[in-house]
Amino acid sequence: MTPARSHERVVIAHGGGGELMGRLIRDHLLPPLRNDALARLTDGAVLPWAGGELVFTTDSYVVTPLEFPGGDIGRLAVAGTVNDLAVMGAEPIALSLGLILEEGLPLDVLDRIVASIAATAHEAGVAIVTGDTKVIERRSTAPAEGIVREGLFINTAGVGRLRRGVCLGVERVQAGDVILVNGPIAEHGLAVMSVRNGLEFASRLRSDAAPLHGLIADVLAVGAGVKFLRDATRGGIAGVLADLSEGSGRSIEIDEESVPLTPTARHAAEMLGLDPLTVANEGKVVMVVEADDAERVVAACRAHALGRSAVAIGCVLDTKPPLVELVTRVGGRRIVQRPYGEELPRIC
Amino acid sequence: MRDRVGPLVDELREVCRQVARRVQLMEVCGTHTVAVFRSGLRSMLPENLRLVSGPGCPVCVTAQRHIDAAIELASRSDVMLATYGDMMRVPGRLGSLERQRAQGATVRVVNSARTALDLARENPDRPVVFLGVGFETTAPATAATVLEADRDKIENFSVLMCHKLVVPAMLALLKVGDVPLDGFLAPGHVSVIIGAAAYRPIADEHRRPIVVAGFEPEQIVRGLLSLVRQVAEGRAAVENVYAAVVTDDGNRVALDLLDRVFVPADTPWRALGVIPGSGLELAPKYQRFDALRRFEIEVGEDEDHPQCRCGEVITGRVEPAECPAFGQRCTPIDPIGPCMVSSEGTCAAWYKYGQGVEGRRGQGGKGRRSGAGEQAAGGRR
Repeated sequence: MTPARSHERVVIAHGGGGELMGRLIRDHLLPPLRNDALARLTDGAVLPWAGGELVFTTDSYVVTPLEFPGGDIGRLAVAGTVNDLAVMGAEPIALSLGLILEEGLPLDVLDRIVASIAATAHEAGVAIVTGDTKVIERRSTAPAEGIVREGLFINTAGVGRLRRGVCLGVERVQAGDVILVNGPIAEHGLAVMSVRNGLEFASRLRSDAAPLHGLIADVLAVGAGVKFLRDATRGGIAGVLADLSEGSGRSIEIDEESVPLTPTARHAAEMLGLDPLTVANEGKVVMVVEADDAERVVAACRAHALGRSAVAIGCVLDTKPPLVELVTRVGGRRIVQRPYGEELPRIC
Repeated sequence: MRDRVGPLVDELREVCRQVARRVQLMEVCGTHTVAVFRSGLRSMLPENLRLVSGPGCPVCVTAQRHIDAAIELASRSDVMLATYGDMMRVPGRLGSLERQRAQGATVRVVNSARTALDLARENPDRPVVFLGVGFETTAPATAATVLEADRDKIENFSVLMCHKLVVPAMLALLKVGDVPLDGFLAPGHVSVIIGAAAYRPIADEHRRPIVVAGFEPEQIVRGLLSLVRQVAEGRAAVENVYAAVVTDDGNRVALDLLDRVFVPADTPWRALGVIPGSGLELAPKYQRFDALRRFEIEVGEDEDHPQCRCGEVITGRVEPAECPAFGQRCTPIDPIGPCMVSSEGTCAAWYKYGQGVEGRRGQGGKGRRSGAGEQAAGGRR
């Protein structure tokens, strides 16, 4: 890779299909991402297939700032799509990478993001086999929060092989099932918002963005008692639990005291006036398992680096109407709802 | 925490039992409202203790005419409007700042007045207007920023002054007197600035107990306990269960800043009308930073939505569920009143946390939805 000099920036011609675009791909994209399928630079990738069921997913990433403590948009774009495959019970096979670059983006920023994409794909053991790059004109105003910088947007699609014998679905969820999570919540959203809002005390907050398919493979290996998996991204675990309650027609009771949350995250959420249950994660999975298997699933998680503080946080109940309820630290009860749209930091 | 709060709640029950009538207390501040819901305390309170929310959410009390003025400013092509985040969705007569931004206006969400001044420094060719909203908590920062703009001659910076004072609003509520109130839970953060002694006129002249408390559940229960004890004993004193943080005299430096830069003014409150001496405007020396003067904007009248009862909600006259629009036409996704917009707003808190789980499960009253709700997903962060 030719290291970009700091003054070099993306120009409209980088997306023009000409020599400059060729150079962008040859110098900045192919070297870090290199694999045989991608290097052919054909219109699509040919993948070997031996039957079975496929899982196919796509997701777009528009986070600002592009880089934040614990990750960046590139790591998100790989981990997010891998996780979407993993919670469906699939083993990831290959990803596509669509880049939309804004005119003016420094090439060294692009290089760092692509390096992060490559590193995360390597960590996940999945190749980026096809891609596309477009350049858009510079937008006159930044989208929000006074952060003025050129944009970079990513779309990744992924295909995976559905694991044999895996049967996951909200319809399997029954009263008595146990709800687990693989570690401390709200860290991704708070890390990003702390940067946006200049919360210096929160500098220890790091995004939890990580590919979870290894952890999930270990969980699924425990047996048929695993009924439902969902990565808790936007909307936080509150969003997942609301979906779960709605989809299964059953109530869910969560014990606030057992929900893993670091003191720093708790304080940052208080400062910003946010409920940690509704804050985004990028490396957390909510699992519903049969009560008899809960201990074994927790043990399987804890044996994996991304599940060291896995824990049961609640259970499924048959009470009507179906609601998600939180038993609070002080012993009170309240309803947990899916958050609406963008959470706005408060005034005071 | 259960070990500490549980016995306090038991004690609160016992004192309420002794009082043997309904005790109605106002939590003045939106942060208390939300904390009571979020911590689950609301589901634990004795039956004869009723908490009503007060006019302490800065978003909710900002007059519609000020929102309209902000929108008018933002609609001028050269103006950059800087605002705290939760003002974005408050509806004015002509939509919200959020909608203005979608239509191309430059509206920036900032976390401090200082950031707005930085925007003015970075954009010397554009007028930058800071929407100065909030009580004594945020007003000193606005004052300090005006002083800095004055010192550094940042002439493209100005403030749309909507700052308000807590005590005059509490006094105005008591003067109207149509809501029976046995006492006030006073907000910890405002009290850090103004000091506990600032509430003495309320206790002395209106014979109502006032207790300053922080926002942790234990603090809130201690505050309520102290209030109900005073009610039981027929006392009306200012007490402070947050003495580790709140002093009697407040923060002298912050109060001096307010005195230097602002003068008290009669100001309009959403649905409460103009309350004498309840707001702040720039002192004559700093009036050139007044956005209304600089842009010659005439502030009109409020024309609240006919169905909206936010004014009655923030004065404790009705509970959110008594508003016909609550949860029906007015939801956090599509609010018609400010109390549904702010994360500190009473209606938003009721909507989000339900009116206590028991109520939701039991009666399923007006505006209650079946749990998980019908809320739309937002844009990806």
